[in-house]
Amino acid sequence: MSTSFNIKRGLNIRLKGQAEKVFAEIPASETVAIKPTDFVGVRIRPIVNIGDEVLAGTPLAYDKDNERIKFTSPSSGEVVEIKRGEKRKILEIKVLADKEIRYVPFQKANPDDLSREEVINRLLESGIWPLIIQRPFDIIANPDDNPKAIFISAFDSAPLAPDNDFILHGHGEEFQTGLNAVAKLTDGKVHLSISANTPASKVFTNSKNVQINKFAGPHPAGNVGVQIHHIDPINKGEIVWHLTPQDVLIIGRLFTEGRYNASRVVALTGSEVSKGKYYKTLIGASIKNMVADNVKDGSLRYISGNVLTGTKITADGYLGFYDTQISVIPEVVEPEFLGWITPGIDKFSISRTFFTWLLATKNYTLNSSLNGEKRAYVVTGEYERVLPMDIHPVQLIKSIMIGDVEQMENLGIYEVAEEDFALCEFVCTSKINVQALIREGIETVQREC
Amino acid sequence: MRLFNENVREAVKLLSKLLDTIKPHFEEGGKLEKMYPAFDAISSFLFVPAHASNSGVHIRDGIDLKRTMITVVLAMIPCLIFGIWNTGHQHYLAIGEFTDIGAGLMEKMLFGMAKVLPIVAVSYTVGLTIEFIGAIIKKEQVNEGFLVSGMLIPLVMPVDVPLWMVGLATVFAVIIGKEVFGGTGMNILNPALTARAFLFFAYPTKMSGDFVWVNTATDAGQSLVDGYSGATPLAQAIDNGDKITSVAGQPISFMDMFMGYIPGSVGETSTVACLIGAAILLLTGIGSWRVMLSVFVGGYAMALIFNTFSLNPFMSVPPLTQLVMGGFVFGAVFMATDPVTATQTNTGKFIYGFLIGFLAIMIRVFNPAYPEGMMLAILFMNVMAPLIDHYVVQANINRRLKRLKTA
Repeated sequence: MSTSFNIKRGLNIRLKGQAEKVFAEIPASETVAIKPTDFVGVRIRPIVNIGDEVLAGTPLAYDKDNERIKFTSPSSGEVVEIKRGEKRKILEIKVLADKEIRYVPFQKANPDDLSREEVINRLLESGIWPLIIQRPFDIIANPDDNPKAIFISAFDSAPLAPDNDFILHGHGEEFQTGLNAVAKLTDGKVHLSISANTPASKVFTNSKNVQINKFAGPHPAGNVGVQIHHIDPINKGEIVWHLTPQDVLIIGRLFTEGRYNASRVVALTGSEVSKGKYYKTLIGASIKNMVADNVKDGSLRYISGNVLTGTKITADGYLGFYDTQISVIPEVVEPEFLGWITPGIDKFSISRTFFTWLLATKNYTLNSSLNGEKRAYVVTGEYERVLPMDIHPVQLIKSIMIGDVEQMENLGIYEVAEEDFALCEFVCTSKINVQALIREGIETVQREC
Repeated sequence: MRLFNENVREAVKLLSKLLDTIKPHFEEGGKLEKMYPAFDAISSFLFVPAHASNSGVHIRDGIDLKRTMITVVLAMIPCLIFGIWNTGHQHYLAIGEFTDIGAGLMEKMLFGMAKVLPIVAVSYTVGLTIEFIGAIIKKEQVNEGFLVSGMLIPLVMPVDVPLWMVGLATVFAVIIGKEVFGGTGMNILNPALTARAFLFFAYPTKMSGDFVWVNTATDAGQSLVDGYSGATPLAQAIDNGDKITSVAGQPISFMDMFMGYIPGSVGETSTVACLIGAAILLLTGIGSWRVMLSVFVGGYAMALIFNTFSLNPFMSVPPLTQLVMGGFVFGAVFMATDPVTATQTNTGKFIYGFLIGFLAIMIRVFNPAYPEGMMLAILFMNVMAPLIDHYVVQANINRRLKRLKTA
């Protein structure tokens, strides 16, 4: 049984630098790091000291507001640095990784034989729990809640996103075990949404214990927020959880292997990458070995994640907890002479003010330029073209700007997250920081409720 | 060619260096610190600054407000060029020279330029001066909004309008129409129409009637043709329906009006030129097709309703003729689509546009004192736009609440 949805509004930004579908071998990362900044709104307290020996699955820190939520080490080794920034904010907890990873032993089990509470405890204990995200607010799920449904988007439609069909090929068993565990977490349905644009992998189509939905159309059709909105929208007071296919694999391996196996497959993408491939690495691994001798010259921007929602990192920075993609794009360095009137054959725009719209199949190299300056809202109807939800985006943003909580609720703040508005930010003529505003609105609503 | 390119590159480098050298004077602590917004406007006009996206998305769409505005200005160029020619054409018709459409192209263009370009120059000079002063006082960046308003204002003026009036109207439009609300993006009324409305009510004799649309100044040896009348088609339609005559008393066909060989405001007469502009706006995606389409539908519908009653000659004018007369098309393409003063929701745009068309025809037919119904209809709907949006958004809110109740 599957339901089909056809997403009409949206935009595929055609970028150069798709990763080739082969696995490349690289030496394992020397260090791994947990970055508290990956966990929005969480106040983290470290419980290890420099010099401590840890195993993969040993807690490094926990959530001050909910001590059951632990953040564990993705690899075994020695804690070498707790890097702090302004106001002693913790930025990274670094572990010098062993060559052979040693694991904290957890019991193998068939999730079907476990109670809901037992499954939750195992996920919390192993540090896998933070992979489960809740809406509203797009924050780590609260283990005390019982969500009305759980959503998994089987495909990523973001620019140059990795292909989950390729990554999960041959991992059907672990994936199914993971799904069975996830299904224990809710009394409602588990929704697995697959792409209707390309034939989905058997791993997904043969999945049991889930409701399969098909989504066709451009980005953000693969965003779980858009899928939730179309399948079973969130009303005030309701909670849903979501996670990604690779997260389900990690959960599956917890039960089949009895350990926190934080393996991640990451796609190296972007116009400035010489040979973009797929890499088997770890959550929180350094990208150093991946990008070394594998990028072009010039001033570059390294992004953990995709170009729309990712985080800027350094060339020896660490893969984000939730990320499955590294993007490398050129940094903007020089001002552009009369840039606003040139034909702009290298510019990409959803408007057709540049002649590039005639070149329908071209892939673009876009740099980090704002391509203009911030202004007040002038142009209308732009956001609506790329937000396939029954939400008035500009009105919602304006209610956030003036801090009107009731209006934010009325206009659908519970249904959205930054990533859903990333394309709005991309197309914005007035260069408004839409994603930051959405988070600001979410935080306002959280405080008031 | 390569040599040329290199020279240009060298010149650009020099320019960039020059800006860098004088920049310290405008920065904090510099002698000209207060003038920074002016410096910033000019330098960012020459060079798109290398600002990088530092939060949120890492790449951005190529478009910015400067490019949006310049696209609209480009779309108005056909209207401007035709307006220049037509100013000359009407003048020579009135004095009985070069009466053929094709005759005296150069003379007509030169005469038109002498009349129209000063109006454009006054509008831009006055408007941009105020924008720069405003930015310096408010310590903000200069906004691009006036690039479009500055071109719209001359195009909606009668050719014989005194230049000081253009200046005064521009001052009024920029300050009262826009800046008091907070500048570009915050205004309620379309600035160019505010300028026109200001003159229309403050100096009616210079803005309406039969004597302002054609320049009838005669040199020695020239005289006006027999039976001269400077009445616009709209003024004639009150008594004559669609039996329109030219300034020289010759009958004017629908096609002539469509092409724009008629008296009227500088840029509004040619439906063809407006439609070229519309094509540019729609093709680039800058203008809203929802608004444009529904203005025409609204106007057509009202004209059809009038036709069924046909109580007077004006009411019996065929719908298409109604649409090509006066400033209807110009308003639909360039004024109603102003995104700041129009409705912002997509559904709202249909309602807003339809009512503009509907009211414009209604006003011009029912109240011959205001032949330019289009201007009043757009200004009225500018005021109503937030209300329309309110109900569209409220419908969305109600849908969401209803879902909660039924869930």
